[in-house]
Amino acid sequence: MPDALSPIQDTHAAALDVRDLDIAYRVRGRDRQVIRGVSFRIGRGETFGLVGESGCGKSTVALAVTRYLPANGRVRAGGIHIAGEDALAMDAAALRRLRTRSISMVYQDPGRALNPSIRIGQQVAEVFEIAGVPASERMDRAEAMLARVRIVDAGRVMGRYPHQLSGGMLQRVVIAMALAVDPTLLILDEPTTALDATVEAEVLDLIETLRAEMGSSVLFIGHNLAVISRMCARVGVLYAGTLVEEGPTRELFAGPRHPYTVGLLRCLPQAGLSKHKTRLDTIPGFLPTTLAGLRGCVFAERCGLAQDICRAEEPPLIPVSAGRLSRCHFHEQAPSLPRSTPPAPLTDRVKTPAFRPVIRAAGVGKTFGSPAAPIYALRDISLEIWPGETLGLVGESGSGKTTLAKLLLGLSPPDPDGVIELNGQKLAPVATKRQPAELEALQIVFQNPDAALNRSQTIRGIISRPMRKLGGYRGSALAEKLSGLMSHIRLAERYLPMRPRQLSGGLKQRVAIARAFAGDPRIVVCDEPTSALDVSVQAAILNLLADLQAEQGVSYLFVSHDLRVVRYISDRIAVLYLGRLMEIGPAESVFLGPHHPYTESLMAASAEEAGSSLRLKGEIPSAMRPPSGCVFHTRCPRKIGAICEEQEPALIQREGDHAIRCHLERDQLGRADGARHA
Amino acid sequence: MGLYRAILYRLMLAVITLWLLSVIVFAGCQILPGDVGRAILGPFADARAVAALNHQLGVDRPLLAQYWSWITGMLRGNMGMSYTYRAPVAPFIGHALVNSLKLAGIAFVLVVPLGILGGVVAALKVNTWIDRTIVIAGLSATVVPEFVSGIVFIMVFSIWLRVFPLTATPPANAGVFTQIYYLLMPSIPLFMILFGYIARMARAGMIEALTSDYTRTAVLKGLSYRQVIWRHVLRNALLPTITVIATQCGYLIGGLVVVETLFNYHGIGSLIFAAAKAKDFPMLAAGILVIGVVYVGANLIADLLYSALNPRISFGGRE
Amino acid sequence: MSASVTPGTETPMPAASQQAAAARPALETPKSIQRDRIRLLLRSPLFIAGIIILLFWVIMAIFGPLIAPYNADDTDLLNTLTPPSADHWFGTDQFGRDVFSRVIVGSRDILVVAPLATLLGTVVGTILGLITGYARGITDDIVSRIVDAFLALPLLIIAMLVITALGISNTTVIVVIGLSFGLIVGRTVRAAVLGERDLDYIAAANLRGEKPLYIMFVEILPNVMPPILVETTVRLGYAIFTVASLSFLGLGIQPPSPDWGLSISQNYGLIGGGFWWTVLFYAVAIGSLVIGVNLTAEGVQSVIDA
Repeated sequence: MPDALSPIQDTHAAALDVRDLDIAYRVRGRDRQVIRGVSFRIGRGETFGLVGESGCGKSTVALAVTRYLPANGRVRAGGIHIAGEDALAMDAAALRRLRTRSISMVYQDPGRALNPSIRIGQQVAEVFEIAGVPASERMDRAEAMLARVRIVDAGRVMGRYPHQLSGGMLQRVVIAMALAVDPTLLILDEPTTALDATVEAEVLDLIETLRAEMGSSVLFIGHNLAVISRMCARVGVLYAGTLVEEGPTRELFAGPRHPYTVGLLRCLPQAGLSKHKTRLDTIPGFLPTTLAGLRGCVFAERCGLAQDICRAEEPPLIPVSAGRLSRCHFHEQAPSLPRSTPPAPLTDRVKTPAFRPVIRAAGVGKTFGSPAAPIYALRDISLEIWPGETLGLVGESGSGKTTLAKLLLGLSPPDPDGVIELNGQKLAPVATKRQPAELEALQIVFQNPDAALNRSQTIRGIISRPMRKLGGYRGSALAEKLSGLMSHIRLAERYLPMRPRQLSGGLKQRVAIARAFAGDPRIVVCDEPTSALDVSVQAAILNLLADLQAEQGVSYLFVSHDLRVVRYISDRIAVLYLGRLMEIGPAESVFLGPHHPYTESLMAASAEEAGSSLRLKGEIPSAMRPPSGCVFHTRCPRKIGAICEEQEPALIQREGDHAIRCHLERDQLGRADGARHA
Repeated sequence: MGLYRAILYRLMLAVITLWLLSVIVFAGCQILPGDVGRAILGPFADARAVAALNHQLGVDRPLLAQYWSWITGMLRGNMGMSYTYRAPVAPFIGHALVNSLKLAGIAFVLVVPLGILGGVVAALKVNTWIDRTIVIAGLSATVVPEFVSGIVFIMVFSIWLRVFPLTATPPANAGVFTQIYYLLMPSIPLFMILFGYIARMARAGMIEALTSDYTRTAVLKGLSYRQVIWRHVLRNALLPTITVIATQCGYLIGGLVVVETLFNYHGIGSLIFAAAKAKDFPMLAAGILVIGVVYVGANLIADLLYSALNPRISFGGRE
Repeated sequence: MSASVTPGTETPMPAASQQAAAARPALETPKSIQRDRIRLLLRSPLFIAGIIILLFWVIMAIFGPLIAPYNADDTDLLNTLTPPSADHWFGTDQFGRDVFSRVIVGSRDILVVAPLATLLGTVVGTILGLITGYARGITDDIVSRIVDAFLALPLLIIAMLVITALGISNTTVIVVIGLSFGLIVGRTVRAAVLGERDLDYIAAANLRGEKPLYIMFVEILPNVMPPILVETTVRLGYAIFTVASLSFLGLGIQPPSPDWGLSISQNYGLIGGGFWWTVLFYAVAIGSLVIGVNLTAEGVQSVIDA
């Protein structure tokens, strides 16, 4: 069976042929150009990835191909041909035929892509109805299609409504509908971004398998380079509506030939890097505010290699090698793009004498619901965080990691028998009962800076309030401290009188960090602080956090679902599953192994190869009915037998500081380098 | 399972609301005026006569006792004795209620389909002149007081054009169509104050459904425009409108008072108004409570209908 | 029981262009957003029409007696019920009073009572909404039940009940309408507060040890001002509607005021006799005022939503 990476040679017309596409939106009476001269071609059976950060216009391309641009958007120039037919010139009937037979689309949020008032079976059967299948066969074929996307008990699912199914299940249903009538072109727009890592891995496997069986071409749109690398033979990099580089995926990512791609790859925390050794590179500047009147290269103002010609003349797509194109005058020099951020850490780490942990949690749990129907969000969590170190907290949805963060902060009271101590002192369960000094010492940076900053306040107000309230600063002392903090966080003072809506996502997150550091905290909880940010901005924020830690010896509890980021920034890692602590230990030790089977599958899920054999079956169980014994046994690929179902393993120290909750012996556990037991 | 629990919960809420309502009405009608006997007999009546009347009416008993006998009487259908007519209140209320239901019924039958249609059309042609006209016209009609529009219609259609009669009360033993004929004009002001809001809610629901992801999925499946609207959009768009229509009953009932007074129609609105002016508190209290029951009942039906039609409620949550 | 209902919003901006709009380093300043809004407002012909009508009546209300050709109360028993003419543009009523002057001066009472009632309602509603929205839990449940029970009755009927019991006066009308509106505005504010309540900046405030009063009035209130503003402008229209209706029923503004609703109630028996001018002009006045107020409200709302 051919895999994703070998294109099928075909003499028929290309599945998708986009030429010089130019798209603009009409906003407040003016045209905003969003896509500029984009051209690419997807052959029959080929997989093509379109990658870029937010605002680059990749979703717009998908909308244009399916002729579903919103009312204020229009294709100003260029052509779109699907299987040889001109998509832009089609009338309504031809368009319907195109959508029925030739194109299918899978979007990001499956929950919203399905009609909440119609049963699943009927929605899937509808696809067959449009394709002309006789009424008597439709439901049977729908059920068969659901089985084909690995939905167990397809018959029961047919009768369900969307709100009764999980995200992973729903996405399978959407994929079933998309592939039901064997389309020529399958378009996927961030199909797994909203899914958990382990579920994502399975769904991507599924897409790959079905695609190979059916021979469909795929246009895969996303921002996650690892996923694109896995799924697509060829890739195009989109920046500010312009295609800047194109070529075979592995080759392109291994040796990029455009400064933007080079910069983008350098922003990613790769395996082996850590905050102690290097800082991530960043891409300076911002996206251009408008494409109108742009004469030279669209990336020129942010490019370290830019010369006068770059600003005067837009580079054409230059062939770099066979099948590779780059839109850069100086593409040979791209790999040697000078760094915009110095690699070495700024200061030596402050060596704090550590004789007790900053945070100590013992037997902490959180139970929701009533005594009759308890929901165990967290059970028996014991951990320590020492001064100046980062504890990474990893887990999927339902793991309880956000709940744990809230408990520590006092935003939610823990169960009575647990103990949380700050610098040796027992903490009151709710923040309203804690001392100002305690509140100052324990702060948070939230995931979404839009919700975390009060949009009606000025930046000055937002940052100086905690100084006033917790630190008691007034007048000139306040002004001085504010100045000092701003320069520490590398935030220009001219932003002080502004309001949050005037700042970009990255700047807002800096303000949030400034606010957290306003009172010289000892520990800052970072709850997915970079998940809502673009890769290039994420790098800057991670660098900032690492610098602040080095300078001030502050500790972090870093909650994230992105393993690469966690690995870069953490000293130690804790892995949660369904509210239980499965593993805790030094970062490299946890990542390289031997480690818990769950950790192993998380690592496998984020691997860049397709079709890894280590996949988790099934869905994450509900916290209302946790499995008996080891909560992981229902999905564990290394399950021993009855003991896993009956007896919950204790959290045992293996080597050094590394504890694992599993019945397996050390030599039976998996490792990241692939040395596995059969 | 989820559906039964939802129904029970709503029934319970309705009962509680009605009980609270009865307390409020009782408080208003019995407590506020102070000395009832004095209020009826006037400031110059003899103190003993006042006390005797008070005793006869039973208003010198403790408040709780009064409330209890009042509410239990209500539940059994005994609505007390009218001060003005010295006769049982219940028959008046019954007769007036039927009349009002006829009038409100006609307004309802006209405004619900037309309002929804208006909203749907406005949404399908969003931001065109059709949309703007429907929205602005509906909006303007909503805020014009019923007596203003009623008077203008009377002047144009009854007096000048002589197409419709001046009153709403048909001659005795009139057939169904004659009754409708008489009630048509009074129902127009009621129609006007409801149309705008219903149309706007339907429009908002339609727009939200039209711009939703599931509509996109339906279109990209290759369904025709008509199929998408009929099968996918309408049912989701109009579901919230059901609840809204029920809440509009409040405005409808308020409008009855004015319209019935203007058109000299013996409905519950004019009955209550007359009772208020005459300080006939038993009649007033009974009338208001009955209106409250109708409103709560309408909302309950709407809520139940919504629960039944919304799969999220009738089919519970995730498994 | 029923969710708070706010008027529908305009078509939401398509997601893709929202993304394009967000990709800017420093976006518009608050001042420029205000200027943009005012510019949008001024471009809407309906808003202009509404504001002109509103201003017209406000000027009449303030300067009425100076502008009116006759004194509104002057009777002229020799010239009763004369149709519109050069002398009396709107004719005279059954007491020979000049209808035109009465229409002009009649704007005053309603434009004092209704805005005061609206103001009272807004203040009460804001406080009520903030408290119930922030507190949630049992307090909110109980208060919501009670409010639901009150709102089961149409405002007109509540007003009738209270006014008959307490006696008719402008103050009673203001208080009754104001408090009832307070409940309705309270619902809208509550819904808006609930939307803010779960945002992280509130959690951040809690982590600073801020007191509930501070959070309600300093953190949340500025962010719910837009819906409050919209609701206030809409309520003003309904206040005028209700005051006029109450006056028509004899329970609102009392004689000898030339108030429009009151005048209609006094005169509408005359239309059977063909004396249409004694009623029509008052009706048109009321109609124009309410429509003017609502067009203004619509304009404000569509701009705030944008």
